[in-house]
Amino acid sequence: MSATAKSDSFRVEPVPVRLEGCSKTFGNGARALEPLDLTIRGGETMVFLGPSGCGKTTTLRLIAGLESPDPGGRVFFGDEDVTRLPIERRNVGMVFQSYALFPNMNVAQNVAYGLRVRSVERRQRDRRVDEMLAMMQMADLAGRRIDQLSGGQRQRVALARALVVRPRVLLLDEPLTALDAKLRDGLRLEIDRLLRGLGITAVYVTHDQGEAMALGDRITVMARGRVAQIGTPQDIYFRPADAFVAEFIGTMNRLPARVDDGILQIGSLQLPWQGPAGTTTVLIRPEDVRLQDDDGVLTGMVSVAVFLGDRTRVVVDVADGSSIIVDAPGRTSVARGDTVRLGFDPARLLSLPDRS
Amino acid sequence: MPSILPARRTLLAVALLAPAAAVFGAFFLLPLARLFALGGGGAEGWGAYAAILVEPRYFESLIQTVLLSAGVTAVTLAISCVSGLFLVRNRFPGRSLLVAVLTFPLVFPGVVIGFMVIMLAGRQGLIGTVTEGLFGSRLVFAYSMAGLFLGYVYFSVPRVILTVMAAAEKLDPQLAEAARSLGASPWQVTAHVVLPALKPAFLSAGAICFATAMGAFGTAFTLATRIDVLPMLIYTEFTLQANIAMAAALSFVLGAVTWAVLALARSFAGSSVAAAG
Amino acid sequence: MAGGSRGPAFWGQLAFTLLVCLMLVSPIVLSLLAGVTQNYFVGIRSGVTLRWVEEVLRTYSGTILLSVQIAFACLACTLLLGVPAAYVLSRHQGRATRLVEELLVMPVAIPGLATALALIITYGGFGDFRRSWLFILVGHVLFTLPFMVRAVLAVMNSVDLATLEEGAASLGAGFVRRFFGVVLPNCMPGILAGSLMVVTLSIGEFNLTWLLHTPLGKTLPVGLADAYASLRIEIGSAYTLIFFVIIIPCLVLMQAVARRGAGSK
Repeated sequence: MSATAKSDSFRVEPVPVRLEGCSKTFGNGARALEPLDLTIRGGETMVFLGPSGCGKTTTLRLIAGLESPDPGGRVFFGDEDVTRLPIERRNVGMVFQSYALFPNMNVAQNVAYGLRVRSVERRQRDRRVDEMLAMMQMADLAGRRIDQLSGGQRQRVALARALVVRPRVLLLDEPLTALDAKLRDGLRLEIDRLLRGLGITAVYVTHDQGEAMALGDRITVMARGRVAQIGTPQDIYFRPADAFVAEFIGTMNRLPARVDDGILQIGSLQLPWQGPAGTTTVLIRPEDVRLQDDDGVLTGMVSVAVFLGDRTRVVVDVADGSSIIVDAPGRTSVARGDTVRLGFDPARLLSLPDRS
Repeated sequence: MPSILPARRTLLAVALLAPAAAVFGAFFLLPLARLFALGGGGAEGWGAYAAILVEPRYFESLIQTVLLSAGVTAVTLAISCVSGLFLVRNRFPGRSLLVAVLTFPLVFPGVVIGFMVIMLAGRQGLIGTVTEGLFGSRLVFAYSMAGLFLGYVYFSVPRVILTVMAAAEKLDPQLAEAARSLGASPWQVTAHVVLPALKPAFLSAGAICFATAMGAFGTAFTLATRIDVLPMLIYTEFTLQANIAMAAALSFVLGAVTWAVLALARSFAGSSVAAAG
Repeated sequence: MAGGSRGPAFWGQLAFTLLVCLMLVSPIVLSLLAGVTQNYFVGIRSGVTLRWVEEVLRTYSGTILLSVQIAFACLACTLLLGVPAAYVLSRHQGRATRLVEELLVMPVAIPGLATALALIITYGGFGDFRRSWLFILVGHVLFTLPFMVRAVLAVMNSVDLATLEEGAASLGAGFVRRFFGVVLPNCMPGILAGSLMVVTLSIGEFNLTWLLHTPLGKTLPVGLADAYASLRIEIGSAYTLIFFVIIIPCLVLMQAVARRGAGSK
């Protein structure tokens, strides 16, 4: 991959992006985004992650200038207030889920379009397009029509078209969603290397947590128009701020538990616990549950065991009727109907406020 | 039909298609062939076809009709482009009423359109009344070339606007957003992205508009008693001059021209293109 | 701009569109008014009357009845000829069927005047046939058949008829059962849209009909042309008003069917 080698001519001074009190209410009165304050650092890749309708795309469109925030909200690129600038004057690069390549232009003409609109002189335009196509390893596709390209090639053209104008911020709206799984993994790596190599401020919207974990310097998890948590992928995974984040990212087990007199009781396990008395829910990741544990605290019966190669995913039905998912090493041999004892390190237990 | 053998399957297809094919063959293909033959069976023989190009009366009529149709097509496309794109891109109160008004005359036959032109530009028409109030003299042009032009535009605007709107609504809105993100102004978005994407729709709608104007008889019959557009010429040749061979030759040529224009547009635009009543 | 604020370009285009609407609508309104005005030259203050409408109904009721009769006969013919044809075109997609499709559309591509002349030349000698309303019907069927075929074909191609039929066949249904039990019910939206189109076009058809009709068998548009050419403007207007009353429900239904089709997709 020559991305890092050749990318110097497309390097830009990283620009931070700041949103201040940005909310968005649509004409029909629907509130798509609650007031939001957020800073994206210069050169960082910020991923907005959440289920559909959570406000992540609205946020991206506010940054892009395709939507304007409700009165009072402001958008800054560096120190410049761009709130009132339409998208065509913000100097951003945007990549769309549907690629949005112009079918009446070939690959090179698509990539050159932003330079053409900026009245960049012909020779310089051609040179930069050639360099960009070479960097994306598409030099041989320059004369192709768009309908002669595969989905992966189209998205690379779209990336090239957005980057060739040296945008201040690169905005990516679910760029991999329309591709099939295998292409998606390859292109994800490519985008990752490209963004690191260019050091550009990037905003990436996705509903796929794998993409978010792989690409994000930081992730903003959103739900119902609000930010649920902002943090590094590790923060989000290991220290989720609430039950929604915990269950949206990865797989999470809910364990039935009781608190009495400052003691939490799960099966035969008793822990000192701060919190109100009564039933409560504690969470634990499948990989943190041990199967066949002599010191196990919960007894149950295996109802499903699926061998996945590197691990075996086991579903255990426990006494109160709930099921617990366990990720055991691949060589574990359990079968449906086996009785097992489950154990875990108390330090891995999570108890979170249930905001949803 | 997996349960039917290929031979039986073909037989069934032929049987189902036969009634339509029989009616079509007997009442369309056969008469059309006779029309062609009769065009060459008059006093001048096959010279009737040559006469269309040689005899000034016929040739001028042909040119006049082509020019009129081309003009109508250009004006209709321009109007439909402006209003159609405007209605697709903007949402405002009363918009659906405007759409309804613009598509309402879709079901009017040519004769009724002719009468609408009389109501607008005839001796007791609206334009006459308005111009008399403003300038003191009545502007009356219903029975002239301008009246015919107005009528054809009236006839075509609803059809073409619908085609343009349908095509524009199918455009991926992200195309325009992508162009804007690259710095294109609203004008540049329209010129570089939207209009090129709508080209097939313009082509097919324009071809329909042109072919329909070439062959329009109802409007001409109401308004153009003194104008020799091709359909009127055919009509007078047939009824008044009783020159059936010439009328047949002219009809055949007219049909060939409109069919060719539509076939050509279809091969470029790809969608189904056909003239309207 | 980002929120879609409205600059001079918006207002300019709105004004232009309103002007176009005015051009289309004002003569319609004027003719509706003229149809119920005592004396159009004097204006509406001469009084409102149904006199002209009554006169038209008295003189021209025959044309209205004939038009409705032909429209429904035409509908029956296009259903019987067009639906099976569309079925074959949908299930056998190849070069031969493409050619058939191309041929079927020709009567729409070729001006009605030319088709009418060709019919007269070929069948004008059969006096009884030439003089009957069936002669007009033949022209209307030719002209409207492509619209029926295309409407039905569009729906047939969108519902994946082949799989539906294979499903029915796997359950043991023979061709006749499949055609009436699976094919027809699933193509109903197309048949409905095509039927409305056929009736509307037939009622308004003039280009063919003017040459095909005889003095004793006039349709509504033929009568309209007569009235426009020779009678006073109030009568022409009253006649047009009656035409609108007949044709507008067709238009409204057609658009309702189209909307429902678009909504369900």
